[in-house]
Amino acid sequence: MHRRSLLAGAALALAVTASPVSAQQRVQIEFWHGLTQPLGGMLEQIAADFNASQDRFQVNASFRGSYPETMAAAIAAFRAGTAPHIVQMFEVGTGTMMAAGRAIKPVHELLAETGVSIDFNDYLPAVRGYYSLADGRMMSMPFNSSTAIMFYNKEHFRRAGLDPEKAPATWPELRAAAQRLRAAGLACPFTTAWPTWTQVEQFSAIHNIPLATLDNGFGGLGAELRINNPTMVRHINTLIEMGREGTFRWGGRDGAGDALFASGECSIIHASSGARARFVREVPGGLANLGVAMLPYYPDVEGAPFNSIIGGASFWAMNRGPNATRSADELRAVAEFFRFISQPAVALKWHKDTGFLPVRLAAFEAAKAEGFYTQNPGADIPIQQLLRGGGQMTGNTRGIRLGGFVEIRVIMQEEIERALQGQQTAQQAMDNAVQRGNVVLRNFERANRGG
Amino acid sequence: MRKRVIFTERGLPYLLLAPQIAITAIFFFWPAGQAVWQSLLREDVFGLNVEFVGLENFADVLSDPFYLNAVRNTVVFSLSVTVLSMSVALGLSVLADRQIRAASLYKTLLIWPYAIAPAVAAVLWLFIFHPSFGLFSQLLRGLGVPWDYKLNGTHAMILVVLASAWKQVSYNFIFFLAGLQSIPRSVIEAAAIDGAGEGRRFWTIVFPLLSPTTFFLLVVNLVYAFFDTFGVIHALTQGGPGKATETLIYKVYADGVQNLNFGASSAQSVILMGAVIALTMVQFRYVERKVHY
Repeated sequence: MHRRSLLAGAALALAVTASPVSAQQRVQIEFWHGLTQPLGGMLEQIAADFNASQDRFQVNASFRGSYPETMAAAIAAFRAGTAPHIVQMFEVGTGTMMAAGRAIKPVHELLAETGVSIDFNDYLPAVRGYYSLADGRMMSMPFNSSTAIMFYNKEHFRRAGLDPEKAPATWPELRAAAQRLRAAGLACPFTTAWPTWTQVEQFSAIHNIPLATLDNGFGGLGAELRINNPTMVRHINTLIEMGREGTFRWGGRDGAGDALFASGECSIIHASSGARARFVREVPGGLANLGVAMLPYYPDVEGAPFNSIIGGASFWAMNRGPNATRSADELRAVAEFFRFISQPAVALKWHKDTGFLPVRLAAFEAAKAEGFYTQNPGADIPIQQLLRGGGQMTGNTRGIRLGGFVEIRVIMQEEIERALQGQQTAQQAMDNAVQRGNVVLRNFERANRGG
Repeated sequence: MRKRVIFTERGLPYLLLAPQIAITAIFFFWPAGQAVWQSLLREDVFGLNVEFVGLENFADVLSDPFYLNAVRNTVVFSLSVTVLSMSVALGLSVLADRQIRAASLYKTLLIWPYAIAPAVAAVLWLFIFHPSFGLFSQLLRGLGVPWDYKLNGTHAMILVVLASAWKQVSYNFIFFLAGLQSIPRSVIEAAAIDGAGEGRRFWTIVFPLLSPTTFFLLVVNLVYAFFDTFGVIHALTQGGPGKATETLIYKVYADGVQNLNFGASSAQSVILMGAVIALTMVQFRYVERKVHY
């Protein structure tokens, strides 16, 4: 049907070359995303800009709930044969999508078949590595990437007699600072958002310890969790002790901890770099009061700190259903949209508006040249942190590619919660998480053996 | 006294039944059948690799210690919600049934919460009990109670029970009030003349005569606590901390929608379906035999 209407459109365009083709005759592309406002609106604006930039394709962006809800919706739609052309998928869904076989159209195939080219060599290595196969072929289209960093409240630091311009760089320093803050009467010295992402996943990368075997799953579906190693257990134990002495508050699962820092209650938080815009707006005192620093590390761990890993989301091209593929026009439209969002100018604007990473080096350079980082101190911390350790990534710092990782995250949160309640030790918590997580991994391996 | 209406034509009764049957088939038999079929399969999330595994999903579910944990949570949660909401509603309806000024105003106000969506009810309770900005939690902390439902499983359970029970009080209140008003005044007056005090009149006359209402509400409340409290739990605790507030229905959601493990989730739904069918059968038998309106 699309083909016929396009032929008609082409005929019309030939007849009246000057007038643009009307909306009905454009190739319609469904694009589902999982960004709430205000980010969602900014993303939809990019789609609108694309539509205005040419007259052959029309991208219809629609919000489908949170990241996990968008993922579930896209999967259900695929099973029913009505999948969107493009879906935004958060980084923990990457392992599942990579193994999705004919449900997805890998970006490298898409570009090769449509003859559209995108310069992936200009992308940040951490971003490129996360979404590509071991041989470097891109599987999805990177867009909104973030990493975890540390924010702190300068006013609180001043009140506790700490230097507001000097953030704690290591965990012992952070704990000492938290104790000072506590002694100065601050109710919540330290908390974290996305607890497993910041305290387990990023922690493992920064200390170059494996989260799982086979290079955190990059090497195949047979990976097993390794988060019950001594360094990891020691860190969870530190958190338990800090919880007991009142210097660490569990802010809740997923992004719930953000609110504790935004309200000015907590003094230090580990959170997504994408939370910057919110903190600047909401933390009492605003930008002038917002300290930004890299995540701390244990100085006695050899080689630490290494680079952190990315989070956020990328765009996946999907086939319509188990027995339905896309027409050449639809593929072309998706490829053109990807090329549009890959432009450095688009990446630059997104970076400056939101606090997400400038995924392209060209965008980073442009932001620097504009003086963006002198006007917005700390906005370049995420990029510096991603390049920390000399930018040589190891198997432990490249990223995570585990199937069923959404479920594994919930398992880790549950076990850590039970440890913080005092129901089990740090060692037991991580042992349990490994054992339960491995069941998920084995089930995933079994279900995807053929694919 | 039963009248039997005989349809002479064959087709008409079926035609009259057809809409109801169609609705039941589309919204119950079809999805239920799919759940039963999926509970026998193991597949990847996109449904591209499907393996028939027989009853393996059921064996996995029933040997999962977290499933037993969810059963235990469900029992504790349902009983607490039912007892709390029914006893509060009974107390309020007895008070509202008296001759008091502005009785209809009280009645209206008490019925209000029923019109509130579960998620909204949860948010209201969140404002009261949130560890950092909740009014009540600040009061508790002032009294030396370290209230934190985000880390303390008992606190979390108390919170979801309170929020769920509160919502159900209105519904129970209406039924209890109607039940109270249908008790003949003469019986109570006769007891009063015989010298029975207020408490005695309540426990020997009013309470037994309310038994049909009480039993009906018991079943309705249990079913509510089993199935309709998803919104409250999802908005307040998401089954946490640990798995302290994960009920059976929440686990179906977590395994199916969050973890995309359709086989295990379907197997759990099938088990739940069996439980509901059993509960309904017991209810009908018991109601037919014991309760006289």
